[in-house]
Amino acid sequence: MDHLLEIQNLEVKFRLRSGEVTAINDVSFFLDQGERVGLVGESGAGKSVTGFAIIKLISKPGFISGGKVLFEGRDIAGLSIEEVRNIRGNRISMIFQDPMMTLNPVLSIGTQMTETILAHKNVSKAEAQAIALDKLKKVHIPSPEKRLDQYPHEFSGGMRQRIVIAIALLTDPAVIIADEPTTALDVTIQAEIMDLLSELCESEKMALILITHDLGVVSQVTDRIIVMYAGRIVEQGLTRDVVSNPRHPYTKGLIAALPESQQRGKALSQIPGTMPSLTDMPQGCSFHPRCELVMPICKEKVPELIELDNKNALVACHALAKGGAS
Amino acid sequence: MNTQAKPLLKLEDVYKEFDVTGGFWEQFRWENGRPVRKKAIVKAVNGVTFDIYQGETFSVVGESGCGKSTLARTVTGLLQPECGKIFYDGDRIDDLSYSQKTPYKKRMQMVFQDPYASLNPRFTVRKTLEEPLFFHYPELTREQRLDRIAEVMEQVGVHPAWAERFPHEFSGGQRQRISIARALMVDPEFIVADEPVSALDVSVQAQILNLFMEAQEKRGLTYMFITHDLSVVAHISTRVAVMYLGSLCELSPGGEIFNNPRHPYTKALLSAIPRLGEKKAKHIRLKGEVTSPLHLPSGCVFHKRCTYAKEICTQEIPTPFTAGDNAAVACHGVEQGWVG
Repeated sequence: MDHLLEIQNLEVKFRLRSGEVTAINDVSFFLDQGERVGLVGESGAGKSVTGFAIIKLISKPGFISGGKVLFEGRDIAGLSIEEVRNIRGNRISMIFQDPMMTLNPVLSIGTQMTETILAHKNVSKAEAQAIALDKLKKVHIPSPEKRLDQYPHEFSGGMRQRIVIAIALLTDPAVIIADEPTTALDVTIQAEIMDLLSELCESEKMALILITHDLGVVSQVTDRIIVMYAGRIVEQGLTRDVVSNPRHPYTKGLIAALPESQQRGKALSQIPGTMPSLTDMPQGCSFHPRCELVMPICKEKVPELIELDNKNALVACHALAKGGAS
Repeated sequence: MNTQAKPLLKLEDVYKEFDVTGGFWEQFRWENGRPVRKKAIVKAVNGVTFDIYQGETFSVVGESGCGKSTLARTVTGLLQPECGKIFYDGDRIDDLSYSQKTPYKKRMQMVFQDPYASLNPRFTVRKTLEEPLFFHYPELTREQRLDRIAEVMEQVGVHPAWAERFPHEFSGGQRQRISIARALMVDPEFIVADEPVSALDVSVQAQILNLFMEAQEKRGLTYMFITHDLSVVAHISTRVAVMYLGSLCELSPGGEIFNNPRHPYTKALLSAIPRLGEKKAKHIRLKGEVTSPLHLPSGCVFHKRCTYAKEICTQEIPTPFTAGDNAAVACHGVEQGWVG
């Protein structure tokens, strides 16, 4: 079966003065129509770079150095800028973390919205206005007619993020990439925005790639989880399986480190050390300096993603490949 | 809690306001055909009263703009309250002069949110850690100071050999350890931590929380934790205070507030935490928009967003009353029994 979006062995490098560093390495996953996938990891894991690489938004000194991004059968990574523009912001939209940074403070919401429609669709200004109004209603903005003439500073943080989502919806995309869409927001507003995103995915039949560090958010919204560490995918699986039964030592450590998985007042289980920096990647498995199950082979060979019990569960770990740990 | 114990810190009806009007000419508005001079006042903290007892971890939670950081700064004396009294170990400290406050500053220290912003980038770790000693212990010799720095660095898990390094050479978690070391340098008894783990990744956050708990056990510290992260609060707190728009809604023992929240706002806040593995958990939706602290509503500050609000809520400010085991709630509905 053909997938809506298929990423094959994607590799992104950054050319720095001190040499080339690899930000993401051998990343492969797929996305089907209407599916919701979570890309989880700590800062520096390469999850945002992956999101940007999908729509070829990697700018200098970074570049896509290998692999393919197949969207509806075409390889985005190999397209020219003009061709990418037909897809980016049109078929695949992106939502960023901070709504104040994404919206232009000196243009009214209406101007920003119609601008986007006119750039992608051959419609009149009045039709563009009508589409904008319709999308504002979809994201539950009260009295949208009045809101079109207002400026970003007149909205609260949660409202702004709703508008950003409305803008992403304007062209009826097949995929939305949301990069930490609720990190800048309060919990009560985060819950509302996540509800809205899931609701829209269902009603508009959109696929969602949710990039976040928050395992709680991911587990509520997505169907599948992809866990990244130091530029590589370490675990992939159905959300309920990964959350209830994590396999990779890193995922296990991450879930055990959440305060809610421990008894009150007890010491939290912690993963020793920190994620290696890109310039100083350890040999072999990049997690081995922090891993409890480390074996001699981990220091030499990078583990490959292998299937465990079914084809939905993939793990990159030598210890698990040999059946040495459960 | 043990009510017999003497409170270490006592706040009585503390108010803190900020004038955000701006320049002289910006204070004028046209009203009924004549210019009127009006000031814009943000009421950040509104009549907050509570005690913190020796050895406990007291957490203040709330969403952005609720005044929790202002409260932390007022407690440590970085900000002067407009009115109200603050007692530390029985002595009133809010009306003291700068030099009179110095001995109290040695006993209470602060840890800030962003370890990237709170450490001077041009100071080595040694210099950062030496500063509080110069100020509070001028009698120490150089050797004594260096010994103390090595000792505290060891305790917070930063290798003492790194004392001559600069902050940019450390990761976020290590920087936060250095900030904690700085607070511990003068051997305080009370630490106010303003969002100490919100800038950190989950695996590092666990390390830092463990460090806080370890230090508390070893040194018998008292903490006031300011945070928006309820799962962190649930884990470490003895008592939790929930704030909304500058007022306390609820103050309950740690376990109680999570198992049996009483105030409608606490209930909504708790239901909004995304929990692991609970797909599509139901959460309580608040109505309307976040109210601005510039124009506080009359009566209960929460009434515009509360689904239970009745006539009385728009008129009378609820006073905290004791409900159950040491829990204090400020809500007409809970008091009169129409909020279940």
